Amino acid sequence: MTGAALGPPGYAAGDAVRVALTWPPGHRRIPQYIRGKAGVIERYCGSFRNPEELAYGFDGLPERHLYRVRFRQAEVWDGYDGHPEDTIDLEIQEHWLSPTEGDA
Amino acid sequence: MTGDTHDHGHDHGDGPVLTYADDSVHDRNETGHFELLTDALKELSIEKGLVTATEVREYVEFFDSRGTEKGAEIIAKAWTDPAYKERLLADGTAAAAELDIPMAGAELVVVENTDDVHNVIVCTLCSCYPRTILGLPPDWYKSKSYRSRTVNEPRSVLKEFGTELPDGVALRVHDSNADMRYLVLPKRPAGTEDWPEERLRELVTRDSMIGVAPARDPA
Repeated sequence: MTGAALGPPGYAAGDAVRVALTWPPGHRRIPQYIRGKAGVIERYCGSFRNPEELAYGFDGLPERHLYRVRFRQAEVWDGYDGHPEDTIDLEIQEHWLSPTEGDA
Repeated sequence: MTGDTHDHGHDHGDGPVLTYADDSVHDRNETGHFELLTDALKELSIEKGLVTATEVREYVEFFDSRGTEKGAEIIAKAWTDPAYKERLLADGTAAAAELDIPMAGAELVVVENTDDVHNVIVCTLCSCYPRTILGLPPDWYKSKSYRSRTVNEPRSVLKEFGTELPDGVALRVHDSNADMRYLVLPKRPAGTEDWPEERLRELVTRDSMIGVAPARDPA
């Protein structure tokens, strides 16, 4: 299963993004707790074969851009009672992200 | 097996008889679902010529032989060599390679503890861990309770490890959910200013590099 060649990364450190709120079947490496949450790109990690394809024996190509996205814990969990600056970082593939501009 | 062909309808001595069932608690479950699956995959891969039995054995031997020494080497060097620390934080994979430490296909991200920030690592999906640097992960790192609670009540989890963060220190949790592997650069303990790198390594523990504890106190 191959698609278009990989273009340049769509986001850079500091960009505000939101993780897709969706529950597709299959092997996904985006934990459920972070779906639909908004964060900020911490760094671009490079491009890697797509684990959603690799899991089923495909070649995982084209590669997907991967980012570390930083989320504020208080926005991820209802009632989080730690320090207001506490954060959680996850690695998110570009096709799970959209810009938060234009968010309702 | 030779020379032991007599009938086993009798007891061999006065000591307790160790039956297979008694001893199996110390052993892996060789007939469990995943154990059988693993063995079948291994045999098929060898049969198809994808790997050799020697390669599998060497791979297992390599990972079983890894401890936390490589991690301690990295951290002690970063504590004593500011230029290395800068390279380590910018590109962990390349900085590890400088010390001939491989990453086995993943990328290394090093996160630094400071007076204002504490970092802790978890893999909520499975047990991703920088195995070439720290060896095999501890059992608790793979437990469901560590994996689930570290993301939503990390301060309580740290407290259970004896690590109470002072007010004003922000906590950064890193979920190792894809292609990066993480190493915490702990704070260099006070009172070690004139210590050489080799001695500093002794203060760098596994848990301090996962972020559930500080480095060992030299006092």
